[in-house]
Amino acid sequence: MRVRTLAAVLLTGALALTACGKEGSPTDTAAPAGVFDVAADVKVDGSPTFEKAKSRGSLVVGVKEDQPGLGYKDPTTNKYSGFDVDIARLISAKLGFDPEKIQFKTIQSAAREQALINGDVDYYVGTYTINAGRKEKVAFAGPYFVAGQDLLVKADNTDITGPETLKGKKVCSATGSTPIKQIRDKGYTEPENILEFQGYSQCVTKLLDGEVDAVTTDDAILKGYAAAEEGKLKVVGKTFSNEPYGIGLPKDDKALRDKVNDILQAAMDDGAWQKIYDGTLGKSGSSAEKPTIDRY
Amino acid sequence: MSMVLFDVPGPKARVRHKIMAVVGVAALVAALAYVVMRFIATDQFSSRRLDWINYKQIQLSLVEAIGNTLSAFAVGAVLALLFGAVFAAARLSDHAWVRGPAAVVVEIFRAIPLVVMMFFFYYGLPVAGVKLSAFTAVVVSLMLYNGSVLAEIFRAGINSLPKGQSEAAYALGMRKTQVMTLVLLPQALRSMMPTIISQLVVLLKDTALGFLITFEELLRWGTRIGGDAVNFGRPMISVMIVVALIYIGLCLLLTWFANYLEKRNRRSKKVIHTDDDEAGQTQVAESSAVMGAGSVL
Amino acid sequence: MSVLTNNLDLFLRAFGQTLQLFAISGVLSLLLGTLLAALRVSPVPVFRAVGAAYVTVLRNTPLTLVFVFFLFGYPLLEIVKIEPYTAAVVALSLYTAAFVCEVVRSGINTVPVGQAEASRALGLTFVQMLGNVVLPQALRSVVPPMTSTMIALLKNTTVASGFAVFQAGTIRDSLSEQGENVLLGLLWVAIGFVILVMPLTYVQQTFEKRWSVAR
Repeated sequence: MRVRTLAAVLLTGALALTACGKEGSPTDTAAPAGVFDVAADVKVDGSPTFEKAKSRGSLVVGVKEDQPGLGYKDPTTNKYSGFDVDIARLISAKLGFDPEKIQFKTIQSAAREQALINGDVDYYVGTYTINAGRKEKVAFAGPYFVAGQDLLVKADNTDITGPETLKGKKVCSATGSTPIKQIRDKGYTEPENILEFQGYSQCVTKLLDGEVDAVTTDDAILKGYAAAEEGKLKVVGKTFSNEPYGIGLPKDDKALRDKVNDILQAAMDDGAWQKIYDGTLGKSGSSAEKPTIDRY
Repeated sequence: MSMVLFDVPGPKARVRHKIMAVVGVAALVAALAYVVMRFIATDQFSSRRLDWINYKQIQLSLVEAIGNTLSAFAVGAVLALLFGAVFAAARLSDHAWVRGPAAVVVEIFRAIPLVVMMFFFYYGLPVAGVKLSAFTAVVVSLMLYNGSVLAEIFRAGINSLPKGQSEAAYALGMRKTQVMTLVLLPQALRSMMPTIISQLVVLLKDTALGFLITFEELLRWGTRIGGDAVNFGRPMISVMIVVALIYIGLCLLLTWFANYLEKRNRRSKKVIHTDDDEAGQTQVAESSAVMGAGSVL
Repeated sequence: MSVLTNNLDLFLRAFGQTLQLFAISGVLSLLLGTLLAALRVSPVPVFRAVGAAYVTVLRNTPLTLVFVFFLFGYPLLEIVKIEPYTAAVVALSLYTAAFVCEVVRSGINTVPVGQAEASRALGLTFVQMLGNVVLPQALRSVVPPMTSTMIALLKNTTVASGFAVFQAGTIRDSLSEQGENVLLGLLWVAIGFVILVMPLTYVQQTFEKRWSVAR
């Protein structure tokens, strides 16, 4: 008995050690990582977050990993890609950090405020809607993009044409997200028909399995999923909210907020923003307007 | 042991049992075949859905995820054992003002679901300005819950020793601490080892609850790879089978270790056997009650 | 206190759901667990093996994994669609049944050998012996650990929190959406569980004391 178990353990260990695997991604659909000029000698006076990052030698950036086109981590390469990720890369370059000095960290919707409050991340770029409630806990730079709440349904669905057609339908979204609050508060569907999961991808799974009728969140996110599922899903295309996406920052760091706002403004003026959009979300064929930065 | 419940089957019974076995096996095979058929019909084992195993980065992240699970287990287990020892000692104290509060703490932490504790440490405490990482939240919760259960196990172990042991030790002029550390504890630890280890199995399984507070452990790794539609068309089934096998393997390894210790114990002459029927049965009931309390969640 | 009083309705509904989830899964797991225990002591070796395999697999798998399987794996097989609530009940029942089975089986083992031998001498069949002689006697040693298993089940219902099932564990989500104090909210949830579990623990300890003396 003992010998056999030992042999099994050793065999497993040997297998693990000799494991050789493929490199690269099987699909290679991920957009090439944005490359930006790294600014030299950046100073952000009075920013504790920046000082901390400087002494650490790297930036820790919170992003999402399950939103193709926005923030997606390819498990075969461990590389992040998408619009949000490239915006994060742009900011870090303009803050004077080399591309390899960014550590991306996946943070789910429900844990975003906590991650910033805890100081787990220096800033957060991940479809983070600016609103008054969140401003009490964290600070926002931007907006760097304006999305709108929309619905994702199966490609052959014709009953759901907008939020007012949701009555009696099962609607899914992420726990703690703005869209689900909107659906609940406005009473678009009955409370018992609202399902909440930790991430949107789990909702998309449920939609594909036919257990929910619609997934709701911002159109930018939904477009990414629709593209990833190759013709099985469609975005209804009737937005019913305004979702300005901001860069989440620690609440009291006004110096860093101003600096990030400057970076975003410069990017929108010199065409860097447009290039990022075209390389990621723009691939779905839709266009987007540059938002106006809201300095508060 | 269960053999006492029925006679050695005679020729007729053997035939009957064979028929039942055939029917039972047929039903089981049919059920399994149906599931396997569904697996195949829905294409769960297509080469695209199994391809994830081949990628180096995925293998590395799997090893990392197992590492996270095991390190949460290791740290949690050590802390829980310490917590358990301290509170068991406190509950056995001669002073009521130590005994009382310790009992309250142990009872309360045994009553609160681990999930609620983890939520409390990860989502609740930051409200009060205390920041904990997901790992810390998992480990602290595991310590408090399993530590409380272990405290009860230790206490039951020490209480189950024959009274003569401590009486003899006191008669030899030993102090309270000496009696505890030199006489009672070594014996209790031996007899309680299997129960302790099976509680550690529970602790190992409970690390998977870290999934709910976004701790990057094995199960979260599984849902991430299993949910990947872009590269592999959602290989949830094949990934979950692998993850389940890993968990079962790790737990069985621990259980096997427990059984091994128990066997070695039985041979050892240093253990006090409470052969007398009454005491023996009470002890079984008591320890199985404790095991029952711990063995789920 | 205001977190509780302002959201009393939420707390009551959530704990109501917890109790409902507990009651349904409790009954199902007791039935399935007893059946499994009967399999595990049956004279047919194959049945024993099946029972043992079930218990080994389920007892060594984290409950969260069972949940993930029924919520995200099972639907891929396209058999029968189930709601998250049903999936939670199935996951909790199947998981707890393995523990119920072990409790019942070890209870059967505490019944003195003579009892089974005497019933066989009287010509009782295996089922008669189990149902009329052994199980009723096993009950007294089964109740305390069974109470523990049920307490664990009650607490385990909170695992459904990550799987779109509304119950006490999801109170936090609703509170944080409303911008309430999550820390205090979770404290009240914890207190709620202490209030629910304490009486059960008390019952368990009373039975344990009384019946261990009676023997």
